[in-house]
Amino acid sequence: MKILVKSGRVIDPANYIDEKLDILIVDGIIAELSPHIDAGDAEVINAAGLLVTPGLVDMHVHLRDPGFEYKEDIVTGTRAAAAGGVTSVACMPNTDPVNDSLAVTKYIISKAREQGSINVFPIGSITKGMKGEILSEMGELKEGGCVGFSDDGLPVKNGEMMRRALEYAGTFDVPIISHAEELSLVADGVMNEGPVATELGLKGIPWVAEEAITARDIMLAELTGSHLHVAHVSTRGSVELVRLAKKRGVPVTCEATPHHFMLTDEAVRGYNTNAKMNPPLRSQENVDAVRAGLADGTIDAIATDHAPHHHDEKNVEFAIAMNGIIGLETLLPLTLKLVGEKVLTLSRAIALITCQPAKILGIDRGTLSVGAVADITLINPNKEWTVDPAKLQSKSQNTPWAGQQLKGCAMKTLLAGKEVYSRS
Amino acid sequence: MNFNPKHILGIQELSAEELTFILDTAESFKEINTRKIKKVPTLRGKTIVNLFFEASTRTRTSFEVAGKRLSADTINISASSSSVVKGETLQDTAQNIEAMHPDIIVVRHGASGACHYLAERLNCSVINAGDGTHEHPSQALLDALTIRQHKGQIAGLTVAIVGDITHSRVVRSNIYCLSKLGAKVRIAGPGTMLPPGLDRLGCEVYRNIEDAIRDADCVMMLRIQRERQGASLIPSVREYARYFGLNEKKLTLAKKDAIVMHPGPINRGVELASSVADGPQNVILDQVENGVAVRMALLYLVAGGEKLQQD
Repeated sequence: MKILVKSGRVIDPANYIDEKLDILIVDGIIAELSPHIDAGDAEVINAAGLLVTPGLVDMHVHLRDPGFEYKEDIVTGTRAAAAGGVTSVACMPNTDPVNDSLAVTKYIISKAREQGSINVFPIGSITKGMKGEILSEMGELKEGGCVGFSDDGLPVKNGEMMRRALEYAGTFDVPIISHAEELSLVADGVMNEGPVATELGLKGIPWVAEEAITARDIMLAELTGSHLHVAHVSTRGSVELVRLAKKRGVPVTCEATPHHFMLTDEAVRGYNTNAKMNPPLRSQENVDAVRAGLADGTIDAIATDHAPHHHDEKNVEFAIAMNGIIGLETLLPLTLKLVGEKVLTLSRAIALITCQPAKILGIDRGTLSVGAVADITLINPNKEWTVDPAKLQSKSQNTPWAGQQLKGCAMKTLLAGKEVYSRS
Repeated sequence: MNFNPKHILGIQELSAEELTFILDTAESFKEINTRKIKKVPTLRGKTIVNLFFEASTRTRTSFEVAGKRLSADTINISASSSSVVKGETLQDTAQNIEAMHPDIIVVRHGASGACHYLAERLNCSVINAGDGTHEHPSQALLDALTIRQHKGQIAGLTVAIVGDITHSRVVRSNIYCLSKLGAKVRIAGPGTMLPPGLDRLGCEVYRNIEDAIRDADCVMMLRIQRERQGASLIPSVREYARYFGLNEKKLTLAKKDAIVMHPGPINRGVELASSVADGPQNVILDQVENGVAVRMALLYLVAGGEKLQQD
């Protein structure tokens, strides 16, 4: 089975490629990249005028399966990913039951293989039941397919537990992903602390709630020498903490979400529950700092924190609405927007959603190297489209971009050479 | 001027002209409350539901009296705040009430934004009787009416508001209302009760009561909720009273003819010494009296105002 992706502008940041090339795929593997390849008996996909990139990698999503299938499941979540040009996701363990056992890991992997559209790499929980008391069996979970460990949604409150988690994960060479939040400082806050919260009469969450734990975990990474990945950094201070730690040689990486570099807490006005997330949307100064962190390489990956919630969970008073928004289908245009706004070069933008997150998780995806699995996304960077939540593939519709026009989308998504999404 | 808003959700959305118009309308209703027969047929046939998710005596009674004096049918519903726990959503509660076709729902709710939420989803008019720590527009209007009554006008005055600013919906509405009407608003309270960005709402922020009330025309004291004690905001009611309570001595810092206000209910000996609460400068009961007139005005304007008479 041969497929030829013809005449596209190939961008493969891992190999410093940005030129018009043909790509020959043989049996799901990239066989050749060259300015001109004869089609021969290959099926031809015309990519003229399109960008051809590695399939996108989103290292932070909630597929909600098992346990919360009314919000999303592995079938709909991976379909949404494919529609967004994403071919690999890492799914967080805060399911029911929590992914702290081989049984749950195997369930996720086998359901994804049998019914899913794309690659699913589970993240196991750091502690059993995400209770912060006993370490999960990371060795076995890694063997079963987990690519990282996180109690995402909750911090590991106890400092010693976090230290041991890093030490233990280091044994198996897997990253610990920190959800950095000092709960005693969050108290019962529901949005970013600041003038907007004061005006709306909503209890604020101070930036220090995020930075206190970011600082602690970076120091623990320094102490243990283990790889720490900080999820969804959203404040100027967090970016600065990571920047300084990297300068010191601490093994730390971090990610930022599109909403934290595109939206401020002004979006909450009108008590918009689709602007409620954790960490909360911050002030412009913090948005600027996240953008600067993306530009100078402090931030290693863009990840969506795709967090589907049912309409009933958002259609309530702001204070009791669930945190989070869906993001898989808007990742690409929002990332490309940073290119349009001259924050990132195109190549660097693509790296942030392909090879870099893949490297953090140690998965062999995110490049177009000869011999690599042919996960490929064909992108029209100029196509304008309006976000209609009802037309998205996700089971949930909680997006703050409803009704807005975005630019750029996946035209075709290939998984091991097989088309899993095509836009008409 | 004609002003018939569909809803009254907050002072923030209203202009100085609209605020003045509401106050003038309230002024014209005041006289009804002193008649022998305190009833006019203005809102006959209108149904007003007082939907209170939080305990309230003063505001609920005031709205009820206001509705009845205008001949509306007023119904009080005390929706337990545990309705969320019981599983009924705010949307469902509201839809059930709307199915009975009220003309106006007056809502008190513990969540900031709850009235906006309802206004977006219901066909009838919504009047905010206090939402969380966001706004309490009728309180600010009755405060403004009281200040106007005693000082003749609001423009040019200095008003000091002292207390738990973070948790006060009264203060937010008052900052908007008084600053729009031309007063200078000063805010004071302990650091734990001053949220960030207050100055952007249009007021000056002080860390001590003395500086805030010096030469003020009006001192408004907020109720200190005793449950805040021990919740790390204040060490004790005793200490709060010492540093932020208003007594006769501190009051001498304000102008000689300054008035003392309080939205009630008062904690005697905490934010207000009894000698001040009962003293000659207090206008607290005028506030309550004006509350009825202001709420009559709001109900009347929301129901259609002058158009009512034409129908």
